[in-house]
Amino acid sequence: MYDIIIIGGGPAGLTAGLYSARARLDVLLLERLAPGGQVLTTDWVENYPGFPDGVSGFELIDRMKAQAEKFALRIQTEDVSRVDLSGQKKVVYTSQGQLETKAIILACGATWKKLGIEGEEDLIGRGVSFCATCDGPFYRDQEVAVIGGGDTAVEEALFLTRFVSKVYLIHRRDELRATKLLQERAMAEKKIEFIWDTVPQRILGHDGVEAIELRNVKTGSASKKDVKGVFVFIGTIPNTELVKGQVELDENGSVITDNNMETSVPGVFAAGDLRSKLFRQISTAVGEGAAASFAAEKYVENYKERG
Amino acid sequence: MGDLLHVTDENFDKEIIASDIPAIVDFWAEWCGPCKMVAPAVEQLAEEYKGKVKVAKMDVDQNRATPARFGIRNIPTLMLFKGGEVAQVIVGAQPKNYIEGELKKLL
Repeated sequence: MYDIIIIGGGPAGLTAGLYSARARLDVLLLERLAPGGQVLTTDWVENYPGFPDGVSGFELIDRMKAQAEKFALRIQTEDVSRVDLSGQKKVVYTSQGQLETKAIILACGATWKKLGIEGEEDLIGRGVSFCATCDGPFYRDQEVAVIGGGDTAVEEALFLTRFVSKVYLIHRRDELRATKLLQERAMAEKKIEFIWDTVPQRILGHDGVEAIELRNVKTGSASKKDVKGVFVFIGTIPNTELVKGQVELDENGSVITDNNMETSVPGVFAAGDLRSKLFRQISTAVGEGAAASFAAEKYVENYKERG
Repeated sequence: MGDLLHVTDENFDKEIIASDIPAIVDFWAEWCGPCKMVAPAVEQLAEEYKGKVKVAKMDVDQNRATPARFGIRNIPTLMLFKGGEVAQVIVGAQPKNYIEGELKKLL
């Protein structure tokens, strides 16, 4: 039986793994893909302390992974299909079989939220994208739309200006939520045209995206923009399907924890983007990963006492 | 990985379209993070399905004609071919067991 199984290999999971491995616990990290998480879709990270010139998402993850593995963290590529948190002994089911553990750290992250409008699902892969750093170069000298007004939307819109001829930044409010520095850069960028108080209604196209239909939320007036790409950055949904009904979730489906990252189930901890909170950053994920590891370590010590 | 084939615009038809066995092509690029997330699964499948499925990668930065021909505008995209026809398309990084499930349908 393991001391701790960590589910998810982004910054939260890798940091929890680093701390748990250094605590000489019998720890295993399970990640369904190669480690990295959403950071791998980030071109350049400017707000992670210790890198005054910034660092690429790739390099940051490579370094976090190397650091955890230096202390002998075992990382396995496994898709977890089910967990059973009801007993003192927790059970994790994968395609390879079942694993038993004293404690679990949930670090499954979050997934990009979809618009849920007509045309979106059908045109994913043919113009609708959730990753500008992946797909931006396919839109050289073309016009695209970015939906959203937070940090990610503005950052990705700025990134896209390297390739495209024009970005329509479509936001449902009349001001951005993004951090001030990013707002200043976006306002200064000639290739970005802001469309305020507006929501997308429908994405049009057959073999690929051809246009997007819009509606102004204040006036109700409809309009249409001819674009080849629609990049959607309207927030995330927590990856908590696995533990739904087993640990307490908030109204958004995020995992509720106490100050020590423990969930409503003793021995089950959570860190990073799937946790109920206001601010989702690499730096916050890392801090929570460390805290969750420490709390899990204490739990495992007491578990031993109880036999 | 010796079992993983790297195809180009020049040899795509010969290696993939004219292949006697089903083929899967991972369209990727150096700049793409989620491509790195799916790469280990593709490498493992190349080894495990050696002789049964031709597993290939195409760098879309070096090869622009083939992605355009198949209308690829998101990467990673995994395209499965059987008898020279597109049999399935997987857009985005998916875990290995999912890709393998789609692959098995072609055998």
